[in-house]
Amino acid sequence: MKIHIKNGRVIDPANAIDRRADVFIAKGKIVGVGDTAPADWGGHGANATIDASDCIVCPGLVDIAARLREPGFEYRATLESEMAAAVAGGVTRLACPPDTDPPLDEPGLVEMLRHRARLPGFAHVHPVGALTVQLKGERLTEMAELAEAGCVAFGQANRSIVDTQVLLRAMQYAATFGFPVWLQPQDPFLARDGVAHDGEIAARLGLAGIPVAAETIALATILHLARETGARVHLRRISSAAGLEMIVAARAAGIGVSCDVTINHIHLCDEDIGFFDPHARLDPPLRAASDRDALRAGLASGAINALCSDHTPVDDDAKQTPFDEAEPGATGLELLLPLTLKWATELKLPLATALARVTADPARILGVGGGTLAIGTAADICVFDPQATSRISRETLKSQGKNTPFLGQELKGRVRCTLIEGHLAYDGAFA
Amino acid sequence: MTRNPQLNKHGELQHLITLEGLSREILAAIFDTAEPFAEVAEREIKKVPLLRGKSVFNLFFENSTRTRTTFEIAAKRLSADVINLNISTSSASKGESLLDTVDNLAAMQADMFVVRHASSGAPYLIAQHLAATGRDHIHIVNAGDGRHAHPTQGLLDMYTIRHYKKDFTRLTVAVVGDLLHSRVARSQIHALQALGVPEVRVIGPRTLLPTGVVEMGGRGSLRVFHDMREGLKGVDVVMMLRLQNERMAGALLPSPQEYFKYYGLTPEKLALAKPDAIVMHPGPMNRGIEIDSAVADGAHSVILPQVTFGIAVRMAVMSMLAGN
Repeated sequence: MKIHIKNGRVIDPANAIDRRADVFIAKGKIVGVGDTAPADWGGHGANATIDASDCIVCPGLVDIAARLREPGFEYRATLESEMAAAVAGGVTRLACPPDTDPPLDEPGLVEMLRHRARLPGFAHVHPVGALTVQLKGERLTEMAELAEAGCVAFGQANRSIVDTQVLLRAMQYAATFGFPVWLQPQDPFLARDGVAHDGEIAARLGLAGIPVAAETIALATILHLARETGARVHLRRISSAAGLEMIVAARAAGIGVSCDVTINHIHLCDEDIGFFDPHARLDPPLRAASDRDALRAGLASGAINALCSDHTPVDDDAKQTPFDEAEPGATGLELLLPLTLKWATELKLPLATALARVTADPARILGVGGGTLAIGTAADICVFDPQATSRISRETLKSQGKNTPFLGQELKGRVRCTLIEGHLAYDGAFA
Repeated sequence: MTRNPQLNKHGELQHLITLEGLSREILAAIFDTAEPFAEVAEREIKKVPLLRGKSVFNLFFENSTRTRTTFEIAAKRLSADVINLNISTSSASKGESLLDTVDNLAAMQADMFVVRHASSGAPYLIAQHLAATGRDHIHIVNAGDGRHAHPTQGLLDMYTIRHYKKDFTRLTVAVVGDLLHSRVARSQIHALQALGVPEVRVIGPRTLLPTGVVEMGGRGSLRVFHDMREGLKGVDVVMMLRLQNERMAGALLPSPQEYFKYYGLTPEKLALAKPDAIVMHPGPMNRGIEIDSAVADGAHSVILPQVTFGIAVRMAVMSMLAGN
């Protein structure tokens, strides 16, 4: 199967390409990027041609935080529904956190998930294994076995390890094998009962607050232990300006840590809770406008390495409740691209810089390839029209999760087609 | 941001969910409406026909005998049919969701829901749900939601102040105690500022004041005091807040005794206020914890008139929302 993507603007941040060019694909791999077909392309031309006029051709998006809800929460989402959402959003590779039911703490569960996800037209799924058994923060999991089963990193999803001795040992053990440790910095005691950023809005609405110190105290602990253990630490979902400052300072002091932020946290703040909108109930909480602005700038400068969807399908019953009873989380796979573009436009960033944060940069954190249009790599490609708008609605979202603070908004950036290993996984013409 | 769900498209009060954002004119209209109802209470026959034929459902997802009773009396004096539902002991314990309960009761031709709920914002959820399903002819009166608002309490407190002090624009008012967990305090602060009170003081230990308390009032900033004696100096009105039992000893406060010593209203502390200062409390009081009996029963106390005015104010709100 040979595919020719013609007339598009190719943006490949990993290889510093941003120009009009054609992309040539054969046997599931990229064989040429340029004006003319590679020498061994053959005389018969392509089996299929995709006209990418007015479109951008970029590596398939890499989302390092997307809950698929399998196993255990199939009433919220299934692998099928969320894989359809991924490719509709141009996402060709994703990492899923271990907070399934049961959690991803046994090799068998990971193998099953990997097996189920290994279908043509499905995005590449990379499970993050549980760092501790049942995510309880007490006993270490069989990390080496889990890695053999396909885990790319180890973490606790949004749960904390309260016992710092266990945290130290978990990081030491992971460092023994060179496994990355992904942690969300949130002190569980300071966050206890909290549902919103502890500030003026929470005070006014009468919502229990989560102070910024919940993030910075947990960060201080993790950063100290990262230095002690030499573990490869990735910090998930930074929410505050103060937290980001600590990470930048730690790097300057020689602690090599990466971090990410979610699409919700670079666009929204606690004011968006409005009249107790449960869609704005997120974990970590939406913080002050000044925090949001620092995160937007930090992502632009590269201080924050990656932008993720933090895709969390939540069923309506768990959202149509008073704010403090609503389950945190929002659907995101189909919003990752448009919200990346919105951020880039608002900050007047070059598209290549913006797309790097959802392609090459997260791929580097994952460490399993992808996020590039380099010759010889798998043809995981997203073709999108940056000007076409779509309205985010319950009807158009493919994910089983229909809840997002962006419902009803018109956003620019519509995926024309998504290729995975050269297969047409999503064709927007038929969507 | 969407339109404030308690107002209709003409900017009129459709529901009463919070006092935040209500104009001085709307508040004054409520007080003026309440005046004659206070007189109704003096008559032999205490009924007016304004809500005749209307069904008022008291939907209490959280127990409260006192507030429910005052709403019940107010509705009955307006000739409404009143149905009391203690949902904390029925549907919710059977697992029925809040909106399912609301749908069922709406199907029983309710005209008004008086809602109390432990979660901040629950009345908004109900109002939005009713609007989205074309049933926004049902009015909602918030009888207290989580820590967010208790607007009729705030109104009756303002009515009481107006009764004794007339001019809001010359007053210094202190709100004392557990502001962090208090829906009453939030409603009081919004109303005091809307009515033009130039100085609102909040007094309490740091553990019982919310972060961002200074900006909480919105329009004008509050003055925060941790020393009650300093805070009471020269005030015209002292509004005490109730301290919940479960918060008296633990990580918020060491003991009720220490709280009383530093933040309890005693005759000696009250002497620092203006000689004609009035003392208010939303009830039920914890005597010897937030207030000394000598003050609660003393000459400055207007705590019982508050209760009486509360019925008139609730009658005013209900008749303005749903009156014939």
